[in-house]
Amino acid sequence: MKPAEKDLLICAASPTAYTLGEIELGAACCVPIPHIQLENLCVSYFGKHVLEGVSLDINKGCITALIGPSGCGKTSFLSTLNRLTDLIPGSRVQGRIRIEGVDVMDTNLDVLALWRKVGMIFQKPNPFPLSIRRNIEMPLREHGLRQRDDINERVERALHDVGLWEEVRDRLDAPALALSGGQQQRLCIARALALEPSILLMDEPCSALDPIASAFVEELIQRLRNRYTVVIVTHNLAQARRVANYAAFFWMTERVGKLIEFGRCQSLFDSPNHELTAAYVTGISG
Amino acid sequence: MLKRQAYLNDQLLTFAVWFSAALVIGVFVWILSDLTFHGIAKLNWSFLVSAPENAGRDGGIGPILVSTLLILGVALLATIPLGLGTAVYLSEYTARGGALARFIGMSLDMLAGVPSIVFGLFGNAFFCIWLGLGFSILSGGLTLACMMLPIFIRSTESGLASVAIEWRHGASALGLTRAAALWHVLLPASAPAITAGLMLSIGRALAETAALIFTSGYVDRMPDSLSDSGRALSVHIYDLSMNVTGGDESAYGAALVLIVLLVVINGVAASLSDRFLRLRITTL
Amino acid sequence: MADAGWRRLGAFFFGEGWFPSSGQFSLLAMLWATLAASVGALLIAVPLGVLSAVFSRFYSPRWLVTPMRKVMVMLAGIPSVVYGLWGLTVLVPLIGRWEPPGASLFSAILILALMILPTVALTSEAALATVSTANLQGAAALGLSRKGIVFGVALPSARVGILTGALLAAMRALGETMAVLMVAGNVVQTPSSLFDPVRTLTANIALEMPYAAGDHRAALFASGFLLMLIVTLLAWLASRGGVHEHA
Repeated sequence: MKPAEKDLLICAASPTAYTLGEIELGAACCVPIPHIQLENLCVSYFGKHVLEGVSLDINKGCITALIGPSGCGKTSFLSTLNRLTDLIPGSRVQGRIRIEGVDVMDTNLDVLALWRKVGMIFQKPNPFPLSIRRNIEMPLREHGLRQRDDINERVERALHDVGLWEEVRDRLDAPALALSGGQQQRLCIARALALEPSILLMDEPCSALDPIASAFVEELIQRLRNRYTVVIVTHNLAQARRVANYAAFFWMTERVGKLIEFGRCQSLFDSPNHELTAAYVTGISG
Repeated sequence: MLKRQAYLNDQLLTFAVWFSAALVIGVFVWILSDLTFHGIAKLNWSFLVSAPENAGRDGGIGPILVSTLLILGVALLATIPLGLGTAVYLSEYTARGGALARFIGMSLDMLAGVPSIVFGLFGNAFFCIWLGLGFSILSGGLTLACMMLPIFIRSTESGLASVAIEWRHGASALGLTRAAALWHVLLPASAPAITAGLMLSIGRALAETAALIFTSGYVDRMPDSLSDSGRALSVHIYDLSMNVTGGDESAYGAALVLIVLLVVINGVAASLSDRFLRLRITTL
Repeated sequence: MADAGWRRLGAFFFGEGWFPSSGQFSLLAMLWATLAASVGALLIAVPLGVLSAVFSRFYSPRWLVTPMRKVMVMLAGIPSVVYGLWGLTVLVPLIGRWEPPGASLFSAILILALMILPTVALTSEAALATVSTANLQGAAALGLSRKGIVFGVALPSARVGILTGALLAAMRALGETMAVLMVAGNVVQTPSSLFDPVRTLTANIALEMPYAAGDHRAALFASGFLLMLIVTLLAWLASRGGVHEHA
């Protein structure tokens, strides 16, 4: 039996595998309190602008999907939110980014606290070349958690959160790289969740996975609603429709990425205001 | 006519190419079989542990092996921390492609090409005389360390640089400090490259003679301490073949031991890399 | 290291000869020997090395490619003393039977060629590997013979890497001490024939350092410095090439 199929069966068999609870369906599920506020965000690499004039508010507890064709700055947008752009050579970020009212771009900012608050999941699963347990445990230790019991409890809870606990509980010390793609990605999510963030950034988390693993991760994302603020970049329009509360549509005009439309997911898809949006969501262009 | 000429040219090239290959393989087989043929008679346990007698014509290479290992040990003790530190500094704390990094990189590459005899001169002047260590295992080991450092630093640095960017970004996104990321992720991930580089350096060090002749000296007794002069295996082979008439037999025996040592080290390096790589490769 | 005075510089190159006990330190004869041995070795090793690389890439049956590579790597790893030992006990008597004495410039050239051959072969192999298969297939589609493809397309494309390999080999040849010391005969004289015994700069340092003192010692250091300058120059040239030896 392929590992991914086994995943599916186990999950179906033990509905209490998740501590995140029931999947909440339906569009309206959150009170619109802004969690992340962006004003006139501009991103450039070595002088070349990739994103310009982006202003939007991302609401607390909601899943916001960033959609649009490749290359219009969605990943760059995401990278600004946790200051990953600091690592990218030649990058320059202008504009205001506020998370819970605090300016992210402030040089006096406690970046460590920021990283604890904002977790990031990458397109290609990147578990460290360590054991499964150590992958989750190590960041916890580095952030100051020392008590063995606390650590174990968090590890277990994180693995429960992502539905991996039943599958890996008896091989926590096996290398993480031996897991299947879907399991690795879920491990990365568990690793991020263990730090108890309030925001989760996901950059096309399912695109490198096969359909079954992808379905798993998607289902996991749906459970994150209300507990976390999720910003997810996705090329899969159907996925965005299924998963997101809000959607932001990006497009390239004059070789620069711009935010074309932002609103509730359902209305963006069913009755878009902008003609470009309409064209994109019905698959005419992009 | 033209076609025939072209055909002959082609045949000529084919012949030349096959001839070269055959020559290379032939010489290799010749040398190896010669070594084995002449040296195998001497190879036995007592040869490996007993002291040389009669200026080395008889007896064994015991103390020499000990000296060699001690010299290697000193060299490694100096090289590994210094090399790792410099490589980490180059890879993580200097701007990639920046002026300082390029300068250090170029200096290292040039150092790697400097003839070993020049290192011997430097070692003699600096370690033996200026630092007052005299002809000793310490001087020899430190001189060897100077030779091993450029290779080791370069290969460690390239190992670190090739660690997938995803891990670096992932580590950052998780809020790991640079030191933590280095210790827990980057260094373990580049362990195969580092080990391979280390093995390469050890191989080069064992083969070294010119640098050792006037730093660790010629004495073929069992050394009592690191400040004693000691004869390395390669120096022993040199002495036996050049200065001792009738020492050829023993020289061949020692040469065979040296070759076997090198083969073992290279084999260990290769298998270590393989094993590590298999554990690290993602299946996506 | 270069604490031989500037006024001695002229004497290094234009003096009477190398007679340390009488204070004469002309390096010229040994410089010639070093250059002759290295150039001779390169003349043999570079064509052979390139041809071996061509063999591996274009002519070799599949099963032979990896073993050949392993042979090259092993040859590259053999210590110079072992090459010297073999040269001394096998090569020198062989040459001696043909044209005595065996220990001569010729044996130095041969043994050096043997030692730098792997360097040339491995770097050339790496350089040839960078020639895109698209180019090669295009050439074949144009009806070029194998020779045509090799000489017309592959070698020209790879010439930078091959040149770098040759430079690296030259560096190694110039700096080689032990093997040359053991087979070249060690007489300080400008070689007038291929079979004259000679002494290279490197061998000179190795032989005389143990008992040199004062000016003599300084002269040896100076010759080492000269060597280092030459090699560093070559290294600088090679670093602009880009392809490095894979060992």
